[in-house]
Amino acid sequence: MSALDQLYQQIILDHSKQRNGEGLQDAHGLPSADNHQYNPTCGDEINLRVTLTDESEPKVKEISWEGDGCSISMAAASVLSEMAPGMTTAELQSLVDDFREMLRSRGKIEPDEEVLGDAAAFAGVAKFVARVKCAMLGWVAAEEAAKEAAL
Amino acid sequence: MSNKYSIPANTELTNEAVKALRADFPILNQQVNDHDLVYLDSGATSHNPLQVLDAEREYYLYNNSAVHRGAHTLAVEATDAFEDARATVASFIGARENELVWTSNATEALNLIAYSFGNASQGLGGEAARQFALTEGDEIVTTELEHHANIIPWQILAQRTGATLKHIPLREDGTIDYEAAEKVVTERTKILAFTHVSNVLGAITDVDFMVKLARKVGAFAVLDACQSVPHMPVDVKALDVDFAAFSAHKMLAPTGMGALYGKNELLEAMPAFLTGGSMITKVTMTEAQWMPAPIKFEAGTQRISQAVAWAEAVRYLQHIGMENVHAWESKLGARLAEGVSSVEGVRLLGPAAGTERAGMAAIHVDGVHPHDVGQLLDTQGIAVRVGHHCAQPLHRALGITASTRASAYIYNTTDDVDRFIEALGGVRAYFGL
Ligand SMILES: Cc1ncc(COP(=O)(O)O)c(C=O)c1O
Repeated sequence: MSALDQLYQQIILDHSKQRNGEGLQDAHGLPSADNHQYNPTCGDEINLRVTLTDESEPKVKEISWEGDGCSISMAAASVLSEMAPGMTTAELQSLVDDFREMLRSRGKIEPDEEVLGDAAAFAGVAKFVARVKCAMLGWVAAEEAAKEAAL
Repeated sequence: MSNKYSIPANTELTNEAVKALRADFPILNQQVNDHDLVYLDSGATSHNPLQVLDAEREYYLYNNSAVHRGAHTLAVEATDAFEDARATVASFIGARENELVWTSNATEALNLIAYSFGNASQGLGGEAARQFALTEGDEIVTTELEHHANIIPWQILAQRTGATLKHIPLREDGTIDYEAAEKVVTERTKILAFTHVSNVLGAITDVDFMVKLARKVGAFAVLDACQSVPHMPVDVKALDVDFAAFSAHKMLAPTGMGALYGKNELLEAMPAFLTGGSMITKVTMTEAQWMPAPIKFEAGTQRISQAVAWAEAVRYLQHIGMENVHAWESKLGARLAEGVSSVEGVRLLGPAAGTERAGMAAIHVDGVHPHDVGQLLDTQGIAVRVGHHCAQPLHRALGITASTRASAYIYNTTDDVDRFIEALGGVRAYFGL
């Protein structure tokens, strides 16, 4: 597969068109927080809401968002919205950490599909340093929003 | 020495001539991602020919010294080279030597005006500088299609002085709405700042109209000439603007250098901006007297080697002839505009194909984000700019956040344009559209 086809894996192209979590959803009184991320170099933007359950150890109930950006940033937000529900905030943080580590490895870290699931499809992004920020956009927003929602 | 150039003086640019002069630009002769490089991003920054690189190297090899100080031979040679460079760049735009201030780039040139006017508004520069002072109720007017460099300095100046910043809106195609301009500019307008050529759309402003508008109300006319001076004959006296800003790196010269043109009587009356060494005559512990313009605005050690290189770049352009440069780029611009218009799902932004434009075209690809467009083109060795091109308000007015821009220069052939168009034709299909 060419580097380009590794970057634009079919999963990514699909998620960039059929986007999970797109459209901000009401939290219905549950703990939630919004976070806005903006990439000034390309103008990509996301407004993302994490809603938690009100259990003693809260889990992610829902991630919803609205955004404008390239296929990589939109697909990454979509994949996370699909994966995150049911995770504790600690599990979500650990997933974000693994994703970030993979993206920053310049292609040196083989993704663990067991852990990363569909997010492993973004391994090809690591070779395009300029695109790492794109993939992280929604994930950073979720990381920040989850921290705030858990307070 | 005329034989140092790859093509004879005043050669009409054609594909043949361009292929010959490309020998002066080794950077273009390389493969990127296994394809011959097609560089269509000169609107962002241009490449330096060997002649320019050699001039800078020679300066460091034989003449390097501090300028405007010291009596030794090298210092005199360096000062001569520095001031000769000023004369060369100044005459290139029809200005006198004492009307060209060296800056670090066009952005700093525009900031220089804004800060100097701000200083005048606080009383610096005395009676002579009163003409530049702004207060509450005064207006600064710019346009909605400006580069951020011609917006933000005015925002700050407005905040510092209490003046109001207004802008001229755009017509549907993103060009300046001249009818609206007549209403936006009023008796209270003190500064009218506008670009000569849009760095996104390639639209060419009716400078004459804008200057007349400024004159009618007694406002200063500030021209952002970043995208015109490198590409077409520009005579600031004929245009009758009060100030003009441009950058060396967009016209075959190194980064780190730009210039501000200002009518001499204005530069003389304006208060200093950056201060310190070199720009003064007499200094005590409480005050300082300034040198005459332009040195008054050149605090600290200057970019001497870049000035020498820039002058060489000007000679390179003069060797070709700016009429020839403009004619060739108009052809490339027309070919770009027509080509992109023929690709399904691609919308040309700005002036329609077949109307006057500079050698560039910005596009919106339906369903594919510019970042993805640029990525795909890069894998085929084609370098274009994607993003908001430092013109967010313009993109907002066009109802988009970003675009893809191809911008040509003297070293581009029609083959370059065609390869870009051809690759563009495959973009939507790759993304499943
Ligand atoms: C129209 C216009 N104005 C201003 C600038 C700023 O130039 P510089 O970054 O060299 O200061 C540019 C370059 O990007 C431009 O195209």
